[in-house]
Order: sequence, then C-alpha cells, then structure tokens
Amino acid sequence: MTAVLVRDREPAGLRLRRVSGQVGWGILAWVVGIAFFLPVLWMLLTAFKPESAAQTWPPKFIFTPTLAQFRLVFSGWGPYVTHSLIATTVSTLLVLALGVPAAYALSVHPVPHWRDGLFFFISTKMLPIVAAIGPLYVLALKTHLLDSIWVLIILYTAMNLPVAIWLIRSFMLEVPKEMLEAAELDGAGRIREMTEVIMPVISPGLVSTALICVIFAWNELFLALNLTVTNAATLPMFLISSVPQEGLYLAHLSAAATVASVPVIIIGWIAQRSLVRGLSMGAIK
Amino acid sequence: MTIIQDLAPPPEVEVRPRAVGRRERWQLRLPLLPALIYTIVVTQIPFLVTLWYSFQSYFWNTPAPAHFTGLSNYKTVFTNPAFRGSLVRSVVMTVTAVIVAMILGVFFAILLDRKFLGRSIVRTLIITPFLVMPVAAALVWAGPMLDPNFGLVNYLLQPFGVHHVAWLSSHALGSVILVMIWQWTPFMMLIVLAGLQSQPSDTLEAAKVDGAGAWATFGELTLPHLRPYIELGILLGSIYLVNVFDAVKAMTQGGPGTATTNLPYYLYEQVNNAFDIGGAAATGVVTVILTIIVATFALRMFARVFQFEEAGV
Repeated sequence: MTAVLVRDREPAGLRLRRVSGQVGWGILAWVVGIAFFLPVLWMLLTAFKPESAAQTWPPKFIFTPTLAQFRLVFSGWGPYVTHSLIATTVSTLLVLALGVPAAYALSVHPVPHWRDGLFFFISTKMLPIVAAIGPLYVLALKTHLLDSIWVLIILYTAMNLPVAIWLIRSFMLEVPKEMLEAAELDGAGRIREMTEVIMPVISPGLVSTALICVIFAWNELFLALNLTVTNAATLPMFLISSVPQEGLYLAHLSAAATVASVPVIIIGWIAQRSLVRGLSMGAIK
Repeated sequence: MTIIQDLAPPPEVEVRPRAVGRRERWQLRLPLLPALIYTIVVTQIPFLVTLWYSFQSYFWNTPAPAHFTGLSNYKTVFTNPAFRGSLVRSVVMTVTAVIVAMILGVFFAILLDRKFLGRSIVRTLIITPFLVMPVAAALVWAGPMLDPNFGLVNYLLQPFGVHHVAWLSSHALGSVILVMIWQWTPFMMLIVLAGLQSQPSDTLEAAKVDGAGAWATFGELTLPHLRPYIELGILLGSIYLVNVFDAVKAMTQGGPGTATTNLPYYLYEQVNNAFDIGGAAATGVVTVILTIIVATFALRMFARVFQFEEAGV
C-alpha cells in the first residue's frame, strides 16, 4: 500500500519539477528575447513621440503618440525610396537571370571544372570591395555612370551573384535524379528539362534566393555613399542625411530608421525558415 | 536541417554513356558563361585598375593628370601609422564581434531549442536585430539608445551607478562593436539552432539513460556535433563583419580621433576627404594581398565545412 502511494507520488513530484523547470526556462527565454529586442522597441516608441517627448530625462514611456515624424519622413523620402526600389528590384532580377543558368551548369549537367567555378565565385565575395573604392570612383566617373542608378545595379548584381549561385545550386541538387532521367528518356531537350522539370522544383528556392538578394541590396550603404550623390541616392543615404548637423532629432531619426527597416523586417519575419538556408548559402537545409 | 553534402559530385544523369565532344562541352559551358564573364568583368577589372593607380599620383580634386610615381604610394602605406592602426582596429573589431556574437548565439540557440510557451515569438524577436537596416541600427544606437543625456541605456544602468556616460566619446570602439554584436548574434543563433535541431534525439536519449549529466552531454555530444555549424557561422560572419562601414560612419565617423577608424572607413576617408586615389589604391592593394592570405585558409575551411559529412564526421 505504502509502496503504491510512494510510487504514485514520485512521478507527480517529478512532473511538477519538470513543469516548473519548463516554465522557468520559458520565462528566461522571454526575458532574454525581450531584452535583445528592446532597441527595436525603443526605436518604434521613439518614432511615435513628439520631439519634445523624445528628449527628456528620465526617458518617457507614456506619451501621446503622434504621426508627425512619419509625415516629415514621407515628405522627404520620395526620390530615395524610388532609387532603392529600382536598384534592389533590377539587381535581384539580374542576379536570378545570370544565376539560374550558372547554377545549372554547376550542378545538373556540370562543366568539367565545376568545383573551381564554384570557388571562383565565392572567392570574389572575400575580396573586399572597399579596397577598390577609389578606382571604382574613377571608373564610374569615366564611364559616366557616377551618380546613376546603373552603377548600383551593376555592383549589387555582382555582390549578390556568388551567394545566389551557391544557393540556387543547392536547390537544383535536390531535383530528383529520376525526374531528370525520365525527362531525358522522353526526349526533352535542355530547355524543356529546365522549364518543365527543374523550375517547378526550385521555384520556392528562387523566392528565398531573391529575398536574400533583396535584403543585402536594400541595406547597402558603402557603394551608394561613394558613388552616388542625388540622382541615385538610396534609403540608407537618406538615413545618413537625416542626421542633422546641429541639435538632436531623436524622434525624427527613429521614424526614418523605422520606415527604412520595416520592409526587410517583415520579409525576414515571413521567410524565417528560408533565411537560414539563404544566409548559409545553401549549406544548411 | 542538416548541412548537406554540397560539394559531393552532382547526380549523374547520363542515361547512356556518351563521348564528350567539343560541341557538347560548349553546350555544358554556355549557361555558365554569362555569369562568369559578368563576375570577372565587374569584380576583377576594378582590382586591376586599383593595381594600376597604386603606382600613380592622382588627386581627383586637382586638374593635374595622374602620373607615375613608382612605389611612393606603397612607401606611404607602410610608413604611415594610420594604415597600421586601422588594420589593427579592423582585426580587433571583427574578431571580438564574431566571437562574442557566436557565444551569445550558442546561448540563445540552446534557449530556443527547448519547447516553451511562445517559442516562435521569442525566436522572431531575437532575429529582428539582424533584419534592421545596419545604418538604421547604428543611428538608433547612437541616438535614442546611447545618447548621454536622454539615452535609454544610461537610464537602465542608473541603478548600477552609471551617470550620463557619453558612450560614443568615452567608449567609442566598444559601442561600435556592441552594435555589430547586436546585429550578428541572430545570424549565429540561426545557424547554431539549425545544428542543434539536426542532432539525432536517440543519441541524446541514450546519453540520458547512461546517466550522463546535462553538462557532460553538452560537452561531449552536442558541442562536437555543432562544430561545423560554428565554423560556418564564424567564417560567414567574418566575411561580412570585416567590411563593416555603416556602424562606423553613422555612429562615430571614425572618431574620436581615429579610435574607430577601421580599414573600410580609412579607405573611404582617403578617397572622400584626402581625394587621394593613388594612396587609396595602394592601401587597397595591400588590403587585398592580406585578404588573399586569410582567404586561402578560409576557402580551405569552406571546402571542409561543406563536405564534412562526406568525410564521415
């Protein structure tokens, strides 16, 4: 009888320990998560403050929210956001147009030295573009590309292409061999193999590839700052220029930072799973 | 979620054996050529031009044309303490940020590997810093967060005896590194978390049955399993972080003095403030040579990381 009781009580106690352990773990994780997120939260809060409420000591947590800062941002960001959208979209499309055939030639029907090809592409990613910035400036000047959106499109394409090729290749390797063989037996040529067998399988992969390219192009500052002035200035430059020379405009700055970041934040939230694979260039599935 | 055998030979799809003729080889190469030519032209030509200008005296704000000056630009690079200083700061910033971000990333990944209420929300909160535009992150840290008079950080640290510290002047390098860490920890976490979730649960069960403690299990099973993931995170993180410019530009403009001038910012100043194309080119060539030395090791690591399963690790 006692034995039974003890045996009954043991698991209950254990379960209690397990559950409370789980709750403790959850609380710890939440605290850490919120602490880490705090600067983003503070940016959002500050963006909705009137400037007078943003510069107080102690900092204000309760205030009457206003959209004044956002209105100010939207009145000035027009050309910048247009340039950002063009540079990001066109460079991403170019990356896909160049990257898909290249990935195909490095995976499905590989060229003889495909391994060297792969490493050539990735090695360009390691060459610091900053090292060539002076000559790039002169080159852009002489080819009349300075301060034109094309200089950004050309360079962003080159910047994202290696990552895209590695990533798309990893998706192409997942196309079942049997499907390729069956298509070949059907007498499908290379074009039909591409459009009818490979593309349907890799299209979700192409979407995540595009997302990665969009993130990097959208956020790029160094090249834009060095090679454009007004005709092609992008959103990161809008942010830099919204740092006023004198005085503090914390609320205005937060609103601008929020507006510039939100598109990528939302894309990233939606595509969390493909983010890992994209950032690891296909190494992690 | 596993690291795939990415460099394993691609699937052989030839149904019948065929002699590979010249025509066929070109058919194989053709799809590769546009991307290959594009990348060679856009990424290699600027470096050739850099090499050319590194032997020239050329200031783009003067009408005087570029003229050959031999090795004088290189002499300046090697005798100028500014170059060495920025090189050292680049290394310090990259190494510190990568290591701390990786340690935090492992910690966060372990937290998120267990089930708890609202796990996916916490995960979303933690990855957000990585998604914030780097300039935006730097500006928000420099302003609303670290401002000496109104900043949230000083407010939160008040109970610990911190009073209106001007972080960006007294701890400039640390502040910049802090922002780098904040932005790149989620990246490390995502990669390590993928590693944790690919760990076969039966091995862990077996260790538990054998009476292994949590620490022993972590040290002897989990950590070795995570090794390639950690290497991959460090490798990719370094590639991006060594080029960090946005945080420096937006937070400190390389200052105070040269306290936060890393190589990218130093090159930026040479071009934009000193107008010295020749000097910047020579600095660039030296940087590239140093990078090639480091990259040789990095590429080898790449090859290893991407095919570790092949080797049966």
